[in-house]
Amino acid sequence: MTAALELRGISKRYGPVEALAGVDFSLQPGEIHALLGENGAGKSTLMKIAFGLVRPDAGQVIIDGRAHRLPDPVAAKALGIGMVHQHFTSVPAFTVLENVALAGGWRFDRASIRSRLDALSRTTGLDIPPDARTDSLSAGLKQRLEVLQALAADARILLLDEPSSVLAPTEADSFLQLVRALRDSGVASVLITHKLSEALAIADRVTVLRRGRVVHTGPAVGESADSLAAYMLGEAPPPRFRLPSQPLAETTVLASDLALPRLAGSGSGLRQASLRVRAGEVVGVAAVEGNGQRELLRAIAGIARPARGTLEVLGPVSFVPEDRTSEGMVGGFSLTENLVLSQGGSAEWVRGPWIDWRAAANSADALIARFEVRASGSAAPARTLSGGNQQRFLIAEALARRPRVLVAENPTRGLDLRATDEVHQRLREAAAAGVSVLVHLADLDELLELADRVVVLASGQLVEPTSSGDRAAIARLMLGAGT
Amino acid sequence: MKQPMLGDLTRAAVAVVTGFLVLFLGLAASGYDASAAMVAMLHGAFGTSDAILSALLPRAIPLIIVGLAVGLAFRAGALNIGAEGQFYAGAIAATWIGLGLAAWPRSLAIPVVLAAGLIAGCLWATIPAILRLRFGVLEVISTLLLNFVADALVSWMVLGPLQESTHIYPQSNPLPASARLPALAGTRLHLGLALALALAFGLWVFERQTLAGFQLRATGENPRAASVIGRVRTQRVFGLALLGSGALAGLAGSIEVSGTTFALFQNLSPGYGFTAIAVALLARLHPLATILTGLLFAAIEAGASAMQREAGVPAVAVYMVEAAITIVVLLADVLRRRNVAAAMGT
Repeated sequence: MTAALELRGISKRYGPVEALAGVDFSLQPGEIHALLGENGAGKSTLMKIAFGLVRPDAGQVIIDGRAHRLPDPVAAKALGIGMVHQHFTSVPAFTVLENVALAGGWRFDRASIRSRLDALSRTTGLDIPPDARTDSLSAGLKQRLEVLQALAADARILLLDEPSSVLAPTEADSFLQLVRALRDSGVASVLITHKLSEALAIADRVTVLRRGRVVHTGPAVGESADSLAAYMLGEAPPPRFRLPSQPLAETTVLASDLALPRLAGSGSGLRQASLRVRAGEVVGVAAVEGNGQRELLRAIAGIARPARGTLEVLGPVSFVPEDRTSEGMVGGFSLTENLVLSQGGSAEWVRGPWIDWRAAANSADALIARFEVRASGSAAPARTLSGGNQQRFLIAEALARRPRVLVAENPTRGLDLRATDEVHQRLREAAAAGVSVLVHLADLDELLELADRVVVLASGQLVEPTSSGDRAAIARLMLGAGT
Repeated sequence: MKQPMLGDLTRAAVAVVTGFLVLFLGLAASGYDASAAMVAMLHGAFGTSDAILSALLPRAIPLIIVGLAVGLAFRAGALNIGAEGQFYAGAIAATWIGLGLAAWPRSLAIPVVLAAGLIAGCLWATIPAILRLRFGVLEVISTLLLNFVADALVSWMVLGPLQESTHIYPQSNPLPASARLPALAGTRLHLGLALALALAFGLWVFERQTLAGFQLRATGENPRAASVIGRVRTQRVFGLALLGSGALAGLAGSIEVSGTTFALFQNLSPGYGFTAIAVALLARLHPLATILTGLLFAAIEAGASAMQREAGVPAVAVYMVEAAITIVVLLADVLRRRNVAAAMGT
């Protein structure tokens, strides 16, 4: 049987990052194929290539047995490929009817559009009030509208990029029903997800990506959440030597029943978290993107205010944000200026309203030397540093505040192995000196290696696993499968 | 530190030369004697001590102060396009208060008049600040629209409550001598110049040497980093910068009334609030550089009158120079940003 969609030997690089390395993937007619993987594994990039949004460095896109070049999504749509993105692409001020007609490229004649939409709704069971304004629809209906828009353009292949991430659980269930019904009417779907239960519930086959490579592909039957999690997260690496930790008795962070709505993008927000952190320990927060870790860490760092619950934190608190360039530093400012910004009014170079720039520059030079930041000097603009050196400087700034609590959001993101090790080293050193380190890392293995103990956030609920060494149990908790 | 300064100077020079080139070519193309016009312009701005003391410098005073006002707001990321309106608000308040101070000694009356302008400009800027921080209305739009309101307010004032005693002319009574800024004998140059220079220096020190000024710059450069890493209350800083900007523009309005025009009338400002945007941008928002760019634009405008008188070229032609300068400056900014982005590989 000819595959409906086949991707052969797809490779794609973004600068130093190899997003995809020789990936093969095929979608048979009339199947649901789950594409699994952690953040950054390359799932979305692969599907964007299939939809003509991203051009591969190497490899072929084969549709119905013929190789095609897809310069843009228009070409992909013409070949019967539709994509449902994580964000909505409908025009809010248009009615459902207008959006469908726009997406389908239908000739704009109200009567004929209406009869075509009726026919489409009947055959697919996708029933949305045609005259409702799109911005009045619930998220679940908007998601259905996205599918309807793709089908209006005669899609036979649907690429669904984490369609349930923006939906409430019941909406997600009925959305999956819809995908199954579409399969029965001959529409093949690729379902990108990191929710294993979803994949197991409706997929015919699964393919798992890890760091841009296919690590597993095969039928869904016979797989379990554990077996899929093992593919996704990889086998645990051998343990490495590290500084022993010595948690002290003193409590530095005490949170109970903390909740706050999501701060950005999609995700669950923080629903309920109770946590005690002691001086001198490294606590790892394990979570899949958008499960409340951002909210928890920022509440503890004092950047966001909790909506509910109580939170006591022993100051001073330092914070290392995930996004170095947009939140961690002012790119056009010198390292000295960035240091002055980060240390605020209590720094030794602030005298009344005045800044003693010479003293600040001396401090910056000292930090640059001590943390081995490769820069032309304290006057160098922050944006001229490499990512690893920016991170070194950010951690130097965080430690310069002499914090009792250090909160770090994905501090090794985008760093190479050596720089990653160094960040670990610095955080361990801080803990050894009595600082409480609270850290989230996207990579579970790395987190287990760094942290003394791990807490898990899934759908905004904080759970403490019985043992911080039981990797499989933690992975299950992260995916909301083991509670 | 040396390299970017040099870059800024080059950029400013290219902008100014381009501006005059555009004027020259434009005049030549429309059949004027372009060389004669340029000579007349130069003569009108710098030719005599009278040109310098009574035309160039008095014009530079509002341009410098309003340029500082615009620069302060822009530095914090607040796009205050409403300096013109704030200038008028200050002029109205200064006239209103000043007219009643005939019996006061000068040493008291002048500070009161200037304070009135400062406060009025600040209040005028409070409206867009509240609109932005409470309701999310972009200050670019609200400040711009408030210019028209201020303009209408002046018209109403000089035809209504502040109209001169005979009720014939659309202007106010002249200010009493006690409310007028002291001037250099025999010229139109008044104390406002000293104030403008002091303000420029004060702002420069504020932005470079104080923590508050530094946090204001950080807010303008990257508000998210300022709030996350610097824990700066960026909304507050943004609002205060807008108020400070309005206060400075209002002060310029009161200085203009009490130093140059001595009365309120329609079209008191030949668009100082708008020209000042170009003044501030050409100076790259640098307070000390604003003195130089303010002088440059004053020279262009002072020269324009001479050009009209002596070479028969309409004075409005110089707006070509101002527009060309602004466009070159903005273009250079875009190119610089693109170069930075390219260097970072994004």
